[in-house]
Amino acid sequence: MNATSIRPLTGFIEKTFVITEFELRKLRHDFTELVTRALQPALWLLIFGQVFSRSGMMHTGNIPYLDFIAPGILAQSVLFVAIFFGINVIWERDLGIVQKFLASPTPRAALVLGKGFSAGIRTLSQGVIVYILSLLLGVKLNWSPLALFNVLIIVVLAATLFSTFSLIIACIVKTRERFMGVGQVLTMPLFFASNAIYPTDIMPGWLKVISHLNPLTYVVDALRTCMLAGSTSVFGLSLDYVVILFTTTILVFLGARLYPRLAT
Amino acid sequence: MSDIVLEIKNLTRRFGAFTAVDALTLSVNAGEVFGLLSSNGAGKTTTIKMLTTLLPPTSGEACVAGFSITNQAVGVRRAIGYVPQAVSVDGSLTGYENLLIFAKLYDLPRRERPARIAEALEFMNLTADGGRMVGEYSGGMVRRLEIAQATLHRPKVLFLDEPTVGLDPIARDAVWKHLVDLRANYGTTLFFTTHYLEEAETHCDRMAIMHKGKVAALGSCKELEASLGSGHTLNDVFVHYAGSALDSGNNFRAVSAERATAERLG
Repeated sequence: MNATSIRPLTGFIEKTFVITEFELRKLRHDFTELVTRALQPALWLLIFGQVFSRSGMMHTGNIPYLDFIAPGILAQSVLFVAIFFGINVIWERDLGIVQKFLASPTPRAALVLGKGFSAGIRTLSQGVIVYILSLLLGVKLNWSPLALFNVLIIVVLAATLFSTFSLIIACIVKTRERFMGVGQVLTMPLFFASNAIYPTDIMPGWLKVISHLNPLTYVVDALRTCMLAGSTSVFGLSLDYVVILFTTTILVFLGARLYPRLAT
Repeated sequence: MSDIVLEIKNLTRRFGAFTAVDALTLSVNAGEVFGLLSSNGAGKTTTIKMLTTLLPPTSGEACVAGFSITNQAVGVRRAIGYVPQAVSVDGSLTGYENLLIFAKLYDLPRRERPARIAEALEFMNLTADGGRMVGEYSGGMVRRLEIAQATLHRPKVLFLDEPTVGLDPIARDAVWKHLVDLRANYGTTLFFTTHYLEEAETHCDRMAIMHKGKVAALGSCKELEASLGSGHTLNDVFVHYAGSALDSGNNFRAVSAERATAERLG
């Protein structure tokens, strides 16, 4: 009995990783995008971070401002890359690739989650860049293996979350032009209504409420807790994980429902 | 009498007020090469999408290899192969990698994969190019790779939507040579749409001419020609049943999709 009840689950996990493998094999043939993606976090940390750090306007408690925003910039660069992930899905729809995958017996949720994971693994290169820059800028990082492992997991999950959100938008709007419009409109509010570059304490009340509904806030909180030496979590790391995992699960479920719309 | 592998009963699909496929009823025998002919916009692609479980029908039913498209979709998907009109292999992977991913998705046992992929490449005359990036392939090679990919798991029915659109005559012949071999070697039933009449005439055992979502005529090429009396060509048959020559009725989206495919393959 056990063997048959376990099989759908192992099959699902196996198929998810086949889809991730499909995406990552493409990356192996052309990794220029990993290099170009490194530029954005570098600009934010070196220019924005440096300037605001000197201004002394941001009160970030007992940690220096540059330390404060390093995890925020990592979260932001994950968000910015993941939120445009859907454009690839629209491209694959304009070709016949989505249709061919959907006509195969692969579970829909595995198609969606596998793509999400691949986005997660792609964003790890940004993690490396942010760590290198933080080191150069004198940010006090937490180098314990457990902390590093947590950062890795959080980055992959966050990219999965936002790329799946992006995939859902792609399934709804279906064309590249509309997608770019919606993507632009969503990115900045998600970024600014979060604790990425300033603490929520200094926000006006209404924005504070929104920021607490924004999954990016919990991603930043989790990253800040794990990345920095001597930083404490605002919400608690377990609540961060619960929010991130719960949101990702809901989005993958929704994405699996909507993904077949791309083939029609 | 051979076994029926595809049975369509009153299959209907509406988009708002527009009925794309209207109570389509027909059956296809195992091992048959069956062509669906119409001008664009007459419901060919919608029909294929319903039969491959990509689009739910508004009403009606179809059974593919014994599985219902409405409530046994996964069974249908295991039993079929599908080559969409648009390019469905990934240009940023090698031919081998494209096949490997699908071998895994269709649960080919790990030990059998290398042999099956090698066989599929050889069968489609792509052995020497398996390690090359698909982005460098010619249009005919892309189509052959797509067919290899869609038949790796030895489907009972292979659905092809305009398999030779955008190919030059030599590449077109090569694709058909391999499709005919596929049927001869594995007994694969071929269900394809086309608007090249000569292709239907040369390769189909039977064909259906669709007009405004309905089957206007059904039979072998000879039967259809004879139905109009002697001395008629398939072109006459088409004009008679579909009400116009083949090229009319294209809408903007169909034309641009077709040209885009032709451009990518060309």
